[in-house]
Amino acid sequence: MDANASARLRRRAGVVAHRVGLFLAMLLICLPGIWIVLSSLRPTVEILAKPPVWIPQQVSLDAYVAMFSGVGKGGIPVLDYFRNSLIISVTSTVIAIAIGMAGGYAFARYRFRGKSAMFLGLMLTRTVPGIALSLPLFFVYARLDIIDTHFGLILAYVALNVPFTIWLIDGFFRQVPKDLAEAAQIDGCTRWQAFWQVEFPLAGPGIASAGIFAFLTSWNEFALASQLTRSINSKTLPVGLLDYTAEFTIDWRGMCALAVVMIIPALLLTFIVQKHLVGGLTSGAVKG
Amino acid sequence: MAIVSLKKLTKRYGNMEIVHGIDLDVADREFIALVGPSGCGKSTTLRMIAGLEDISGGTIEIGDRIVNDLPPRSRNISMVFQSYALYPHMTVRENLGFSLKIAGAPKEEMDRRVAEASAILGLDALLERRPSQLSGGQRQRVAMGRAIVRDPDVFLFDEPLSNLDAKLRTQMRTEIKKLHAKVKSTVIYVTHDQVEAMTLADRIVIMRDGNIEQVGTPDEVFQRPATRFVAGFIGSPPMNLQEATVDDGKIVFSGGQSLPLPGRFKAKVNAGDKVVFGLRPDDLYPVGHGLHSGDAADVHEIELPVTVTEPLGNETLVFAEFDRRDWVSRMLNPRPLRAGDRVAMSFDLSQAHLFSAETGKSLRA
Repeated sequence: MDANASARLRRRAGVVAHRVGLFLAMLLICLPGIWIVLSSLRPTVEILAKPPVWIPQQVSLDAYVAMFSGVGKGGIPVLDYFRNSLIISVTSTVIAIAIGMAGGYAFARYRFRGKSAMFLGLMLTRTVPGIALSLPLFFVYARLDIIDTHFGLILAYVALNVPFTIWLIDGFFRQVPKDLAEAAQIDGCTRWQAFWQVEFPLAGPGIASAGIFAFLTSWNEFALASQLTRSINSKTLPVGLLDYTAEFTIDWRGMCALAVVMIIPALLLTFIVQKHLVGGLTSGAVKG
Repeated sequence: MAIVSLKKLTKRYGNMEIVHGIDLDVADREFIALVGPSGCGKSTTLRMIAGLEDISGGTIEIGDRIVNDLPPRSRNISMVFQSYALYPHMTVRENLGFSLKIAGAPKEEMDRRVAEASAILGLDALLERRPSQLSGGQRQRVAMGRAIVRDPDVFLFDEPLSNLDAKLRTQMRTEIKKLHAKVKSTVIYVTHDQVEAMTLADRIVIMRDGNIEQVGTPDEVFQRPATRFVAGFIGSPPMNLQEATVDDGKIVFSGGQSLPLPGRFKAKVNAGDKVVFGLRPDDLYPVGHGLHSGDAADVHEIELPVTVTEPLGNETLVFAEFDRRDWVSRMLNPRPLRAGDRVAMSFDLSQAHLFSAETGKSLRA
C-alpha cells in the first residue's frame, strides 16, 4: 500500500512539474510577441526604460492612428505595402504549391534517371543562405530590369520555396498508398482523375501545410526584399518597417505597430488552414 | 468460351525477365487460382491482366478483345487488393458507389446497385461509416462490394485474405466461395496459400520462377502433380520427398535404405536412374492407423523410430526417422506415442510418386 501511495504521489508531482514546465516554455516563446504588442501601445520612454516596465502605464493607439494617417503626418503607405505583400506572397505561394505538387508527386511515385541526384540538388539549394545570393541576384535583376517589380520578387520567392514544398509534399504523397490510385483506375478513373479524386484529397493536409510555410516565408522575408524593392511599387511590409528609421532616431512604437499589422493576417491564415491539417487521414485505407 | 486468354505473356524489368511467356485460358464463370511462392510472378501476372503493369510481350484477351494496351478502366475488370485499398476519405457507401459516380451513372441506379451489393455482403449497417471505423473483415467485405458493384467481366483478387487473422481468413474464404456461387462471374485469384487455392478454385495454376508448372483441378494437382515442385507445394503437411536411385526392382535411398519399386513405374525407369521418391503423409501411417487406397499387396511395412509427434485431436502427425531424415505421417484414430518409440509404419506404395531427379518431371504411369 505504501509503495503504491508514494508511486501515485510521485506520478501526480510529475504531472504538475510537467505542466509548470510547459507553461514556462510557452511564456518564453510568446514573450517577444507580447512585448511587440505592448510596445506598440506605449510611448518610447516606457519602451526604453531600464529596468523594463512590464505593465504599461499609458496605453494609446496613437501609433496605429499615425500609421494610417498618410505621409507627412507620421504615417507610411501601409496599404500599398500590404497590397504588395499580399500580391507577392499569395502569387508566389500558389506557384510554389503547384510546382511542389507536381514535383513532389513525381518524386514520390515515379522512378527516373538521376532522381536522387535531383532531389539532393534541390535540398542543397536550401543550404545556401538567401542573403548570400542577394548581390548576384541584384545584378541579374538590374540587367533584366525587374528590380522593384512584383514579378521580380515573386520569382525569387518561388525559387526560394519550391525545394521546400517539393520535399514536404513528396513526403505526404509517399504516405498515400499506391494501391489507392490503382484501385481508382480500376474503378474507372483516368490517371488524372485518380490523382484529383483520391490522392489529392488525402495529401491535402500536407499540401496545406506546405502552403502555410511558403506563404509565411514570403510574407516575412526581408533580406532579398530590401535589396530588390525600391518604392511603393513593390515594397513589402517587412521592408516597410525601415520607414520608421531615420538618420538618428528609430520610432520603436511605430515599428512595433506595423509588426502587429503584419502578424495579424499570418495568424489568421494559420488559424483558418489549421483545421485542415488533420493528421492520420489515410488511416483505414490499407491493412487491418 | 475462354473469357480471359493469355498468350506468351512476358514481363521484363530491364534485363530481368520475371514472367517467361505463359499461356493460360480461363473459361467463363471459372474460378482460377494462381498460386506459388513469393516472387513466382503470380501477382505480376494478375497486375498485367488488370492493366496496372505494362506487358513486355505476348497478348492478353478479355472477352474476345485484345486489351494489351488498354488502361485498366477500359478492361471491364474489378480488383480486390491485398491491402483492400479503400478510399479513407469516403464512407462505405461512397466507396461502393465510386466507380458508378465516375461513370456518371444516375443516382437511382447508383443507389440500387450499392444496395444490392451491400445486401449480398451484409454491409447495410455500415454504409455511413468510414474505412477507419471498420474491422479487418468488414474492410475486406467492402473491398469485395466495391468490386461487385462494377458488375465486371472478370474479378481479380490479389491475396485478399493474407492480412486477416487465421480464424477470419477461414470465414472469409467461405464467404468468397458463397459469393462466387451467387454472382457467378469469372474470378482470377492470386494467393500463396495452397489451402485457399484448393478450397476455392475450379482450377489451380501453380507458378514458379515466372513459369507455369501445372494447371489442373484441385484433385489433379493433388493426386497427379506434374513436377516435384508441385508435389512439394500442394498438400499440407507437404509430401515426403527423398532422392534415390533405381536398382533392380528397388528404390535405394542415399542413406542406404530401400523400398520396393512400385509396379506401375517398372516400365518407366531403368536401373541406375536417379529419381525423387514422393509419398504423401496420408499414405504413410502407423500400421492400423490409416487407409490404403490401392492394392493391399502394395503396402510395405517397416519399423521406424518416432522423433516428434504433433497431436491435432482427431489425428496426429507422427515424424519418424527413415533413411536418416524425418518423414511425416498422418495417424488416424491416434494413440499416444512418445519420441523414441519404435512403430511399424505402412508405406502405401500404390500412391507413391516418382520424379526425374534431373528434370523434376513426374514419371507417373
